[in-house]
Amino acid sequence: MSEHDYIPKSKFGKWFNDRLPLLSLASHLADYPTPKNLNYWWTFGGILTFCLITQIVTGLTLAMHYIAHADMAFESVEHIMRDVNYGWLIRYIHANGASMFFLAVYIHIFRSLFYGSYKSPRELIWIIGIIIYLLMMAAAFMGYVLPWGQMSFWGATVITNLFSAIPLVGEGIVNWLWGGYSVDNPTLTRFFTLHYLIPFLILGLVVLHIWALHVPGNNNPIGIDIKKPSKDTVPFHPYIVIKDGFALLMFTIVFAFFVFYSPNILGHADNYIEANPLVTPAHIVPEWYLLPFYAILRSVPDKLLGVIAMLSAILILAALPWLDTSKIRSAVFRPLYKQFYWILVADVLILGYIGAMPAAGLYLLIGRVATAYYFLHFLVVLPVLGFKEKTIPVPLSITEPVLGGSLNLAIAKNKESLDK
Amino acid sequence: MKNFIKLLSIITIVFITTVQSNSAEKVDYLKTDWSFKGIFGKFDRGSLQRGYQVYTEVCSSCHSMKYLSYRNLGEKGGPEFSEEAVKVIAASFEVNDGPNADGEMFTRPGKPSDKFIMPYDNVKAAQAANGGAYPPDMSVLVKARGGGVDYIYSLLQGYEDAPSGMILDEGVHYNKYMYGNKIKMSAPLSEGVVEYRDGTEATVEQMSKDVTTFLMWAAEPHLESRHRMGFKAIVYLIILTILVYLSMKRIWSRIETEV
Repeated sequence: MSEHDYIPKSKFGKWFNDRLPLLSLASHLADYPTPKNLNYWWTFGGILTFCLITQIVTGLTLAMHYIAHADMAFESVEHIMRDVNYGWLIRYIHANGASMFFLAVYIHIFRSLFYGSYKSPRELIWIIGIIIYLLMMAAAFMGYVLPWGQMSFWGATVITNLFSAIPLVGEGIVNWLWGGYSVDNPTLTRFFTLHYLIPFLILGLVVLHIWALHVPGNNNPIGIDIKKPSKDTVPFHPYIVIKDGFALLMFTIVFAFFVFYSPNILGHADNYIEANPLVTPAHIVPEWYLLPFYAILRSVPDKLLGVIAMLSAILILAALPWLDTSKIRSAVFRPLYKQFYWILVADVLILGYIGAMPAAGLYLLIGRVATAYYFLHFLVVLPVLGFKEKTIPVPLSITEPVLGGSLNLAIAKNKESLDK
Repeated sequence: MKNFIKLLSIITIVFITTVQSNSAEKVDYLKTDWSFKGIFGKFDRGSLQRGYQVYTEVCSSCHSMKYLSYRNLGEKGGPEFSEEAVKVIAASFEVNDGPNADGEMFTRPGKPSDKFIMPYDNVKAAQAANGGAYPPDMSVLVKARGGGVDYIYSLLQGYEDAPSGMILDEGVHYNKYMYGNKIKMSAPLSEGVVEYRDGTEATVEQMSKDVTTFLMWAAEPHLESRHRMGFKAIVYLIILTILVYLSMKRIWSRIETEV
């Protein structure tokens, strides 16, 4: 960014830019050379930025009307739904926005897994991303507590109780988190405070995430390093801006469908019953996006080990750039990895399903197998695959496979004919 | 692009079906056609007004509706009673108010701005009067039950004699659709318990449908404007998406890469 040779045209622009190079930054963002073969899976970065901003704007508006008090929270949410102008719209956008945010982030993460975007030199982008994801889960969990319905209350009770598994100091930590001897008003007010704070932390990390991205530039579907700028790249504006815009619009159509036509389908009916510490719901289930981890937690018989397993399921992702020993980034050129990738996708979906089911009988067994496989994928399959796998030759540039007739392609074809 | 759309639609379908299979428990509820379902769904005004009548004459003796005010009955998208009618309805209830200048509490006729009056002073009083079971507040009841309107509609008609061998305690009734089949509420509706002002025949089925429609409105008072706005928003988004798609094609045609 520092070596950018942008010179503003106007005199004022020059004066301003010499003191604060905002115009240079804007010019860098517009000209940023982007691989021209990015497919639509790459549009989810922009979509996620949209989700974050939507959540912040709707959240601020809701906070103007919401009352963080155990006796009034539920009522204030109903006040928003009934008497605040378009309060129902803002709340439904915020509640469904959380689900859409997670849907987008899961696609974003699995895109990275498929195309090896986490590998050198993009490890820090990946790790910042994992931290953002963790913060998102914290924010979503605390946000779900705020309406103070039955699921809010009991979800908060179950999750905070996990900390009691920590030896010796567990009980103390839980009481400290609650601000008392059970989930109550002090818990609600601190959750509200943190729920308000975390999105801005995420916003800061998103800036770092994008900054770190702009150093090496985007990975791309064939996962090779490219010269920038070159025939392989296009300027971010207008090419990527319009493409991201198009994908974002398609995404908002799905979003709008949920908000306007089935706003409560992703929530749990019990959360429309006001919190009651004396009545436990029949099933305590977290929101859908936390289900895979909930399944991992429950598949371990020991409480402490279960918590450790659940946390490591997320933290293991941070070590991924070093667990994956393959030099080839994109799964396009890794026939074996590609298969294991889809098995992992299926595994996580199965875990999500199991998380929503009662932890007993066959469900428990399937959950255990799926949990074991999840860790097996990262701890055994990926490291071994890097050494054992026979990869397909990688093209030298993006233009090459498009124009055809390259040296690599010729070699690859030759090999095939030789094998025959 | 094609691959992407194919995969994305698979993801969306998997996502929606798993969500639905999670949320809807597999119970065969009684079916009826609700006028408020679907993209253009609206409430049946007559049904809402009749439903309100069933609520006041039957349910309200035990069930509160604490988030509703009498003024809501006249608002757009609801039962839409006239302004005068709402005033008369409100005035027919005795509301506790105070303290006055002398520090005394007093009762006065209700005003449209008053909340629906509560049948009991507090939860304990409600439990004491109902054999220990608290009749739940009905403001958002429809959204607070797994099967939603179908569940409430079925429950109201689900009273039967207990199967032989099942022993029910004093004050407990058998209901086909209740969780665990045991319910403390006795069958609230019976033929002709309400005499409809518009002459509609008050069968149990009709009353169940009307009162459930009323409860749906109570839980989602802005449903009609939500549906209207949703249609406009989605049409707008689709048109904009097409325009942006065409611009994108145009811009990307400057280079040979497919978009």
